[in-house]
Amino acid sequence: MTTEQILVGLASVLAAAAPVMFAVIGETISERAGVINLSMNGTILLSAMGGFAVAMTSDSLLLGFLGGMVIGALVALVVAFSSITLHQSQVAVGFVLAIICRDLAYFLGNPYVAQSGPRLNTAPVPGLAAVPYLGTLLFNQTLVTYLSFGVILLAWLWIYKTRPGLMLQGIGERPAAAFVRGTNVNAMRYLYTILGGAIIGLAGPSYSLSVKAGWMGTISGLDGIGWIALAITIFGGWNPLRAAFGAYLFALLQWLGLVLQSSLPNVPSQVLQVAPFPLMILTLLLVNIGNAEWVARTLAALPAGPRRVVTRLLRALRASPPAALGVPFESE
Amino acid sequence: MAKNTAASRRRKTIWINVSFQSAAFVLALLLTTVMLLAVGAPPFQAYRSILVGAFGSVGDIFDTLIAWAPLLLTTMGVLITFSAGLWNIGIEGQVTLGAIFTTWILRLLQESGLPPWLIIVLGILAGIVGGALWASLAGVLKTFGGVNEIFGGLGLNFVATALTLWLIFGPWKRPGTGSMSGTLPFPEELWLPAIPGFRLSPWALVLSFIAVVVVYFLLRGTHFGLRLKAVGKNMRAAYLLGVPTWQHMLASFLLCGVFAGLAGALQVTAVYHRLIPSISSNYGFTGLLVAMLVNFHALWAVPVALFFAALNIGSVHLPIVLKLDSSLSGVLQGLLVLLVLMVEGARQRLMSRKIIPAEPASGEEVQS
Repeated sequence: MTTEQILVGLASVLAAAAPVMFAVIGETISERAGVINLSMNGTILLSAMGGFAVAMTSDSLLLGFLGGMVIGALVALVVAFSSITLHQSQVAVGFVLAIICRDLAYFLGNPYVAQSGPRLNTAPVPGLAAVPYLGTLLFNQTLVTYLSFGVILLAWLWIYKTRPGLMLQGIGERPAAAFVRGTNVNAMRYLYTILGGAIIGLAGPSYSLSVKAGWMGTISGLDGIGWIALAITIFGGWNPLRAAFGAYLFALLQWLGLVLQSSLPNVPSQVLQVAPFPLMILTLLLVNIGNAEWVARTLAALPAGPRRVVTRLLRALRASPPAALGVPFESE
Repeated sequence: MAKNTAASRRRKTIWINVSFQSAAFVLALLLTTVMLLAVGAPPFQAYRSILVGAFGSVGDIFDTLIAWAPLLLTTMGVLITFSAGLWNIGIEGQVTLGAIFTTWILRLLQESGLPPWLIIVLGILAGIVGGALWASLAGVLKTFGGVNEIFGGLGLNFVATALTLWLIFGPWKRPGTGSMSGTLPFPEELWLPAIPGFRLSPWALVLSFIAVVVVYFLLRGTHFGLRLKAVGKNMRAAYLLGVPTWQHMLASFLLCGVFAGLAGALQVTAVYHRLIPSISSNYGFTGLLVAMLVNFHALWAVPVALFFAALNIGSVHLPIVLKLDSSLSGVLQGLLVLLVLMVEGARQRLMSRKIIPAEPASGEEVQS
């Protein structure tokens, strides 16, 4: 492989990761506020179908993306209403919504299968696109990819560098404390869940109008991505930057799978295609195992040298969810 | 006198519950109807087509019963994990592994000269082992690795599907080239005996009814079931009271895997007679929906699973008759569960505001 080929390949990894990125960042924001939006797998499919249908009938890419965001926000509203107002299990409601939205996408999307529709073109950044190496990698992308860079940065700045962001951390970690300080916890949870849902809703059109343009029904190959995005959110430890790293790692692995497939004809393609999933389990294991009691006991039995190394490694990988994740809040 | 009012209040509660649940059902139907009208499809004809497809002829009824058996099994499985407070989404993969193990043993023994009935029994037992092994993998990840069972299970589902595809296109491929239609069908003497002229095997139904009875008594009348529920309701309290929590969680995974593996074994020995790519046929996820709807009551799962199986079988004809996608059944099933959850939430909210008289605390059907 030449340098140019590798650069183009890596640029395609950045582009392919964009939809997953929206999903992961949207979920991170929602979970930071204490609400798990488990419907993501269905939301992505429904917003992919809906965004494509809107863009095709209106011949407007912008309306397509907005349509996807509206769908994502509406699904998130159902999650928020059922869990915050009606006190039902977020996991239960989210799982059911994941199924409803997926089947709804297949049902309503039937007339749009294999139709040709608008597609987002690459938009090289004037001047910067000509910069050697970096130009090919970063500045010869679609607007969607640029937007994905922006969303990572904005989410990170918002959560860690602003006052309202601090409050967002508070309502996910210690809602009672946030309430005492004058925050309307449940209203903020509604707001952030819907905002997160709208960002998740960008993921669908990013596929159907850009990365995997078109709607192919059950063979769209999008079923399952939402579940992966949920796992990446955990891997990301509810930090947008670490989550972005996870999403890029995942896209990189998929690309490597494709590259290796052509050079390793003896390995069945099915094996390489699922390689990310065992790796996903493994990473979750590494992220979580530091919290397990038996690990602490085993570590205590180790000699000091290796113990320090392993402890440091596990601590670097470890991530703990917002303390009030999934727990309803009552002010009285 | 006091007893009398308690009884009448209880009757009233049951009546309120039933009316709220019916409201959820009507709402789900209403929403689906609006959706059908929105896409320009005749709702009445669509529902009629589903009904005719599920119950229109003896063959159709038998097809519905064929789908009923594995759905009952997966529902019973997830009822056990639900009791322990676990979301065993990995059940799809556990069904798949059951089917793979059964296929493996049938392939291994089909030339062995053993009596066919023995091969079938061994095959089904292998399926049970396969399902239990795959479930215990998710269980170990959960109890020792701290990996949430939802994500461990989902990952294992994808791996199970890939394993199936690899076997069908690789080591177990049909003579010549592998195809999406699955492995070569087994000879007829290795099929679970069916009603002559039809595909329905009464054995499959018998096994799933046994499963219902077992789970019903397990959850209602045994110490193990009680401790399982204790772990599910409040793990910390259960642990402090001396219930070995991780053992119970792992056991619930294993048991769920047993039922899931049995469902997979039946898919191979009684339904498809070979391994196909989508061998689990979504029965795991549908079983989760049924289990959510029946709220821990194993016996209620019997009619609800029949209804869901009828929806699935009936909707198969929709693309041919009305050019509609068969996923309509999934939408209706999902909406039904979602609305029951939401209506239940609304009922609790209304009751806490004393608009509706509160339930007696001793009411058996109170499930928080």
